[in-house]
Amino acid sequence: MLQLLAADGTYGVPKGYEIYGKIIEGLDEETLKTFYRDMARIRRFDIEATALQRQGQLGLWVPAIGQEGAQIGSGYGVGNKDHIFPSYREHGVALTHGVELMSILKMMRGVNHGGWDPNETRFHHYAIVLATQVLHAVGYAMGVKLDGKVGTGNKEEDLAVISYLGDGATAEGDVSESLLFAAVNESPIVFFIQNNQWAISSHIDTQTKAPLYTRGEGFGVPGMRIDGNDVLACYAATQHHMDNARAGEGPFLLEALTYRIGAHTTSDDPSKYRGDEEVENWKAKDPIKRFEIFLRRQGIKDDFFEEVKVAGDDLAKDIREQTFALENPPLENIFNHVYSDEHPEIDKQRAWLKAYEAQMGDHE
Amino acid sequence: MSNYKEMAIAKALNAGLQKAMAADEKVLMFGEDVAELGGVFRVTEGLHAEFGQQRIFNTPIAESAIVGTAIGLAMRGYRPVVEIQFDGFVFPAFNQITSQLAKLTYRSEGSLQMPVVIRIPYGGGIGAVEHHSESPEAYFAHTAGLRIVSPSNPNDAYWMMQQAIESPDPVIMLEPKRRYWQKGPVNLDTAPLPLHNARLMREGSQVTLLAYGPMVTAALQAAEIGAEEGKSIEVIDLRSISPIDYPTIMASVKKTSRAVIVHEAPTNVSVSSEIAARISHEAFYHLEAPVIRVGGFDTPYPPAKLEEVYLPDADRILEAIDRSLDY
Repeated sequence: MLQLLAADGTYGVPKGYEIYGKIIEGLDEETLKTFYRDMARIRRFDIEATALQRQGQLGLWVPAIGQEGAQIGSGYGVGNKDHIFPSYREHGVALTHGVELMSILKMMRGVNHGGWDPNETRFHHYAIVLATQVLHAVGYAMGVKLDGKVGTGNKEEDLAVISYLGDGATAEGDVSESLLFAAVNESPIVFFIQNNQWAISSHIDTQTKAPLYTRGEGFGVPGMRIDGNDVLACYAATQHHMDNARAGEGPFLLEALTYRIGAHTTSDDPSKYRGDEEVENWKAKDPIKRFEIFLRRQGIKDDFFEEVKVAGDDLAKDIREQTFALENPPLENIFNHVYSDEHPEIDKQRAWLKAYEAQMGDHE
Repeated sequence: MSNYKEMAIAKALNAGLQKAMAADEKVLMFGEDVAELGGVFRVTEGLHAEFGQQRIFNTPIAESAIVGTAIGLAMRGYRPVVEIQFDGFVFPAFNQITSQLAKLTYRSEGSLQMPVVIRIPYGGGIGAVEHHSESPEAYFAHTAGLRIVSPSNPNDAYWMMQQAIESPDPVIMLEPKRRYWQKGPVNLDTAPLPLHNARLMREGSQVTLLAYGPMVTAALQAAEIGAEEGKSIEVIDLRSISPIDYPTIMASVKKTSRAVIVHEAPTNVSVSSEIAARISHEAFYHLEAPVIRVGGFDTPYPPAKLEEVYLPDADRILEAIDRSLDY
């Protein structure tokens, strides 16, 4: 397993992993601070979103607490032309690619089903049906290759694709088919599995007999396990393997071993299927805490951490206010964009609803 | 003067595909055995030699991935045409078709378009083994976001293939496999109708007979035999199953006051169920008889030695027309 930052905040490069260490050692202080700032920011966001759900402001919340290292690290490892296909818990990755955090809350509130333009953000929509997005990612990567945007050596031109998925999703047939299609097409893609060890109430042992980083081998996709609570390992591994994919070396699989500290969603009750001891054990490996120790050892002072905390509280206040101010979507959104081209039946139903509403008057 | 050419349906589909691929380099064709072999029905024959491996290629045997990667390619700006080898093999892709392909434009509020064509050799009548003769259209017609068409003749095959590829929405093209070798004239210059319009095939005054895909031939035969017996049967080829061209249907039913609908699929919760409901609503005061439906039985598709009994034919259609006229 690639780990650069131990749970106690000690930095060290294991033998054979020097290439990853070199990536980290080339980072400036501002970048390291950004990693911390965004991990803390997305955790604060997560806590506030959970509170908003509890107050009835969101239909559902999907917490990602404990997975900030995997998400912020890998998110920043993705290049600025690459495309990202998330599952539905990648709020941290979304943050690293300019997706408005409010648009995630809008979706969870039920204002829309998506809410951002993936052509602009390169961060595609959340996929609720497990593993469906992995095939879309492979198809996109096949297209990138057909466009000749792989392995040209021109860094301004080349791009690759990353698909996020969870340990539970690996059991879906679409993942096996994705690995196969990516392998036979030599597609520029990295499969990034966040193994948080729990698929709702089912432990990883329910999903697989062999370690997940070996899942691609039979398909011809090599893999590696990384410490998912180590933001530096996640950053370095993602950057290196996305570089390789862009250079035309074909698909690669990363298994980030992490832990879902919170519930699967706000509808879940983890106390029914796992013990406190296990959770406490993983809290001790927290990605943010260990990175703070590392930064302090690098000479980063209290005022920075204080500033991040204040910014987090401001963010929480801001999203709370914005959530309360969210308006319901217009009724015609039921019918908009069902098709791109005109459709007489949809038009007829749209007109009917409009007339019906007019006849019924204001029923607020 | 238009330029006409005699072609079989399979060849007309091939020619339509060829024309679309030549016109737009973003059009891709892929699926199982579609490259050098040209597909098990040879609908893509010659295209690999003409357009090469980048534009038309064989995939692993994994239907969910065929559709799932087509979605990703559409996101990248391609216009993929995929072949599902047989109707009974579409179900591994059902999730990608109904939960993803059909919904991505809606989910993205129009940011994404899904110009994907899914070609499916469709229906029975070729003496095949199980899972090679299915009529799954109702499953897909129930799903918003999809368009479904089925050409019944070479001219429509040629043009509807091109129109389906031009559509910004996903289109399922149900190709009547037992009619693949049926020949007819193709107008190489002018499209006959927009993709989703029904066509009046034969005028009549006593009863409207509605059919699509492989059953249009049977409907026309029934009308011909009926005419010899003095019955005036109006035949409409729906061409499009989703959306359905209701104005054309209603105009005819209001004229004849009677409707018989025929398809190969089981009648239970089928395309004809929906059309019958709509006719009863929109042409209620014009009807002289209940809408009668002729279809497959509500059973699994039977072994091939029984399919001639299972599938509607001119006799079964005429029996239904007699019942309608007797009211």
